[in-house]
Amino acid sequence: MATDLLVEELRAAIGSQRVRTGAAELSLYRRDASNMSGSAHVVCLVSSTADVVACVQAAVRHGRPFTARGSGTGLAGGAVPLDDAVVIVTARMDRVLSVDAEQRIAWVEPGVLNLDLSRHTRPLGLHYAPDPSSQQSCSIGGNVATNAGGPHCLAEGVTSMHVLAVEVVLPDGAVAVLGGEDPEPAGYDLRGAFVGGEGMLGVATRIAVRLVQNPPTVTTMLLDFGEVRDGAATVSAVIADGLVPAALEMMDAPITRAVESYVHAGFPLDAAAVLIVEVDGQPAAVADGVERVRRIGLAHGARSVRVAATEAERAAIWKGRKTAFGAIARIKPNYYLHDTVVPRARLVEVLEQVYEIAGRYELIVMNVFHAGDGNLHPLLVFDKREPGIMDRVHAAGDEIVRVSVAAGGVLSGEHGIGLEKRDLMPLLFSPADLDAQARLRAAFDPHGVANPHKVLPEGSRCGDLHAGTLPEGAWI
Amino acid sequence: MDLSSVVEALAEPGPVAPAGCTSRWSVGGAVEPEARLVRAPAGIVRIQPEEMVVHCGAGTPVDELAAALAEVGQRVALPAGGTVGGALAVGRSGVCRLGHGPVRDTLLQARVVLADGTEVRAGGPTVKNVSGFDLCRLLVGSLGTLAVLGDVILRSRPLPARHGWFRAPAGADPDALRVALFRPSAVLWDGTTTWVCLEGHPDDVEREVRAHGLEEIAGPPSLPTGGRASVPPAAVAGFSAYDGRFVAEGGVGIVHLDRPWVAPLVDPVVRELNRRVKQQFDPTGRLSPGRDPLVRGAS
Repeated sequence: MATDLLVEELRAAIGSQRVRTGAAELSLYRRDASNMSGSAHVVCLVSSTADVVACVQAAVRHGRPFTARGSGTGLAGGAVPLDDAVVIVTARMDRVLSVDAEQRIAWVEPGVLNLDLSRHTRPLGLHYAPDPSSQQSCSIGGNVATNAGGPHCLAEGVTSMHVLAVEVVLPDGAVAVLGGEDPEPAGYDLRGAFVGGEGMLGVATRIAVRLVQNPPTVTTMLLDFGEVRDGAATVSAVIADGLVPAALEMMDAPITRAVESYVHAGFPLDAAAVLIVEVDGQPAAVADGVERVRRIGLAHGARSVRVAATEAERAAIWKGRKTAFGAIARIKPNYYLHDTVVPRARLVEVLEQVYEIAGRYELIVMNVFHAGDGNLHPLLVFDKREPGIMDRVHAAGDEIVRVSVAAGGVLSGEHGIGLEKRDLMPLLFSPADLDAQARLRAAFDPHGVANPHKVLPEGSRCGDLHAGTLPEGAWI
Repeated sequence: MDLSSVVEALAEPGPVAPAGCTSRWSVGGAVEPEARLVRAPAGIVRIQPEEMVVHCGAGTPVDELAAALAEVGQRVALPAGGTVGGALAVGRSGVCRLGHGPVRDTLLQARVVLADGTEVRAGGPTVKNVSGFDLCRLLVGSLGTLAVLGDVILRSRPLPARHGWFRAPAGADPDALRVALFRPSAVLWDGTTTWVCLEGHPDDVEREVRAHGLEEIAGPPSLPTGGRASVPPAAVAGFSAYDGRFVAEGGVGIVHLDRPWVAPLVDPVVRELNRRVKQQFDPTGRLSPGRDPLVRGAS
């Protein structure tokens, strides 16, 4: 076998045991949690900013793109390496570097798992607010790349609102801290531009996040509806009433039944929809909020309103919500999870279209989503061994995205664009809009070496490095 | 909204500067006098309380927007006075940033006109959106140097049932008080006196007022207007040695000063990245020449 100078350089720079080229590992790191896969040339298990700099510089010297990756739980193909990229895995950079309990700021490495940070700060009465459903396994670095959301982002806001500063390795190997602990750092908000950059603007190596005070009182409610329409109307009415619950989640009948048989949390099996509403804060505000949700729910046709009486009951409700994806594995072996946002007022209409689309393609669809944000997550459930099924799944998914955008919505609320929705970007953005986004990318990465061919469709501007072969499984 | 007047203004060659009420006109340096002033359309297009969003022209006065939103029980986290576009372009928050969040978080969608006259939309109309790169964040605080804001969609939030300003007992430690309170909207400190803004359910506010011996006052203290420091919030305590008048925002790190603040030097890599962003969006430097977001410290 010919000497691979790039691999040799990487071994010399970060240690040979952390540079992997075995077939099994290259195969593992060809994919993320989407159903797409690409091709990796070499996998680097980095443990420091200096390692990342060395990997980026070596990749650039050898004319290869690089793709950074946290836990690989992304659903849009954002961490799928293309064109035999150098994969930079930050999972081992997993230290919480500092926690300032008084100023409520923590510095973490990108590989720290989302839930681990909140566990770490729990004794201080603080937590990290954005809570993707994958929070047990997704990394903060990955959260920064996708600008991740979660059920509690309704009241607390998404990742971008909780990231104060990011140390990044830029695509030319330079290191900079974007943003800062100070509230109005000089210059453009490059921190804000970087968050949600899907690995195309550089690699995050240290992140300063805002921690928030744990609420003194938390009440979780379960509302049961005979009609999806009534549940959705309740969502709009609660917000219009001036109440922003900590979370406002909806599950439709198929997912409620699947979850109940899995976790036995007491979800009503005959409900057309259930709402999980969490109200938190100080005691009087919570008591008032709970009463208002109850009143609004009953006025909009709720058949029952259950208030979790114990912490165990509350935990069971959330376990049901957060393990929904495990529950569906008992129905069919595969699922495709979508992610679009529509105005709250259009939820019912778009959900009805989602059911119609799934019916037309003879697919099972289940809906479990962040109703308070209008963030839909239709889940197409199938067995990929069925001949021709993937074509139907992709065609249905494409239509779901289109009806969401047509209803005044957007392509993605929290998963990102990645490869999955790259070629759907023109549904939402004009060529001039896309060109403006490409200008941002060009400012950070003039040569298109950082995770090329994601987010922006080809032709948005001068091309990224290499041809960008479309990977297997992509349906764009 | 129709942005054709802005597009037409940019179609003529030469330097231009978007202007609102010019109430924060010196932030980032003076605009070169030959620049033509461009004004964005004013007016509220639509308030949607059930979506917690509002759509308006960037030329809309903030106070007009606030009054209209108050009628439906909501507000936006923009400082009072000036125009919406001015507040966004300057990017400076009001004194309740601790509770209301920074200005940069309010912008959901912006329709802008670029230096070359192209009309572009950044962001999207929904409260949650990760479709593409986040150009909205880049626009907030850009001082009109990257694009001219046309119309915007902003995030609104419900007004609290009770809102009040209070003076803490003499000798109160502002950091200890801030940590003891549940999410106060502001904690201000001038080296001697601590003031807090509390918002929420009246019973909760009343309980905290009694527990901490707070005394209600009409509003926030007057702020010195000579300079504005932005420091890590942990560095606020160090201003006790400052030899002039100051009011610091606890837990935030903004310090209002009686004279200009000497900002620390900006890292060269960050400086270069700023230059490249400007180069990409305004290669001829025709937008707001003379103003530079890297320059800070004046009030």
